[in-house]
Amino acid sequence: MRRAALALALGALLVLSIVLGVRFGSVHLTTAEALAALTGGGSRVSRMIVLDLRLPRTLLGALVGGGLALAGATFQALLRNPLAEPYILGISGGASVGAVLVLALGLATVGSWMLPVAAFAGALLAIALVFRVASASGRGMDVRVLLLAGVVVAAFFSACIAFILSISEARTVQSAVLWIMGSLAGADWQSVTLAAAYTLPAGLLLLALARPLNLMAIGEETASYLGADVRRVKLVAFAVASLITAAGVAVAGVIGFVGLVVPHAVRLLTGTDHRALLPLSFLAGAVFLSLADLAARLVLAPAETPVGVITAFVGVPIFLVLLRRSLAR
Amino acid sequence: MTFETKDLVVRYPGTASPVLDGVTMTVPEGALYAVLGPNGSGKSTLLKALMGVIPVAAGSALVGGRPASSWKRREMARAVGAVAQSETLTFPLTVRELVAMGRYAHQGALSAESPHDRRAIDAALEACDVTELAERDATTLSGGELQRVRIARALAQEPSALVLDEPTASLDIRHEMAILELLEHSARRGITVLLITHGLDLAARYADRMLLLDRGRVAAEGAPGKVLDARTLSDVYGWPVAVTDDHVTGVPRVIPLGRTTGSRTPVPPS
Repeated sequence: MRRAALALALGALLVLSIVLGVRFGSVHLTTAEALAALTGGGSRVSRMIVLDLRLPRTLLGALVGGGLALAGATFQALLRNPLAEPYILGISGGASVGAVLVLALGLATVGSWMLPVAAFAGALLAIALVFRVASASGRGMDVRVLLLAGVVVAAFFSACIAFILSISEARTVQSAVLWIMGSLAGADWQSVTLAAAYTLPAGLLLLALARPLNLMAIGEETASYLGADVRRVKLVAFAVASLITAAGVAVAGVIGFVGLVVPHAVRLLTGTDHRALLPLSFLAGAVFLSLADLAARLVLAPAETPVGVITAFVGVPIFLVLLRRSLAR
Repeated sequence: MTFETKDLVVRYPGTASPVLDGVTMTVPEGALYAVLGPNGSGKSTLLKALMGVIPVAAGSALVGGRPASSWKRREMARAVGAVAQSETLTFPLTVRELVAMGRYAHQGALSAESPHDRRAIDAALEACDVTELAERDATTLSGGELQRVRIARALAQEPSALVLDEPTASLDIRHEMAILELLEHSARRGITVLLITHGLDLAARYADRMLLLDRGRVAAEGAPGKVLDARTLSDVYGWPVAVTDDHVTGVPRVIPLGRTTGSRTPVPPS
């Protein structure tokens, strides 16, 4: 009952944040003008601003935010750790190495699928590295070891990116840097289609794994005694969550902490049943990033703040509180 | 449901000597079977081999006459309820949600809780005396409460066997006895119970048969009166013990002795 109410509330909020995202921006439009443009009326300029710039941008924010929150909730269940998140684990970093490599080598012209595929390969490489480093300690999934492994792997990827950029042309560097900071400014209908094509089917696949993820969240040994095929669930869920992360990185760059803040908040409201947690995290993540992007556009208007900066300002304090709590246990 | 191993050998990668080295044992249908042995003697490894979650290097581990590794996980979960040694709850879950996970192997991917599922959950909560805790956050339970909830989850699986790894460790006598009586009651209803424990005296009272492991090998197997032999136990545990018949319960009772004269415990006659 409570979950249905929350889903309705989040759905309404999402519609509201999309409307706000279309209504506000560096060019002033009245609500009437924005609504007219949405329905195909109004002036040509306002139609262009609303339909070609603001609407795809807001939808992209919703898709990427929802996807990152979904990926975060999945990693948290698999690692039994509320601090696990694509950015913290270095997965976003890995994805961005793949993407920067594609930009630097000029391979993006080969096809629109190049960037997400390279980002996905980078994300998988990052996961493999983090696990290698974390399990080499012999203490398995200790929070501290895992975070440290994430930090080390992320540092390695930053170095890779710095190296690639140092030997790239100035134009590539500029677009790559903007993009590493995380921004939805490059949104167009093509990137919306791309994000939707990866995120939505992958999200449905994760939803189908909600029940086994419930079991994984209480421990792998117990999960297999209760009937979960632990190896398969781990493999599929890690790959799918990485794919979602990679798609997000490919279209919007590195946006941290969405996957940390959102599932945490949703869990406080509904508990840990992933059948509710996953879809509600998707909705809440969509709302969160749409609103964060609105803030990114308005805080220093007419200049833009990278949305990754906004999510980090919100996310870091929450991360620190969670870290204190999990180290106190 | 029966459990059986023949010359079972289990190795962990990177270790020189096997953790289990030629273990042969048989748990008959409906028995309450205790597995005893010092820390590190291979008790938990035996449980994992029987549950099919670790590879068998040589010999066999059979569940219901079939190799443990040939069981599908869901199939195994419908037949055997297992309670691992420990479990860390990271995220908030109600007791009922935790026990309801016992129904996983009986449900389809998308199906909701059936009336049968609900009955099984309620009965399991009732049997373990945790019905009052159903809506509590499981991360706030005491050790004894959480143990009973975990056993309730295994019972909710409606299994024909229960396998438990030190379920009464760190529990006070009331909670320890409640769990042993529950297991005894389950065995009487035909559920085979395999219990790993350090409690020699209580195992002597409740178990039909027992297995004593010593560094991965079988030190003794059979009825409690046979396994609980003073010399065998002293050898296996590396500490002198005496065994008497308890005048209250009439079953063997193990008394650890002292090694130095002048301590508060008697030393064995040399």
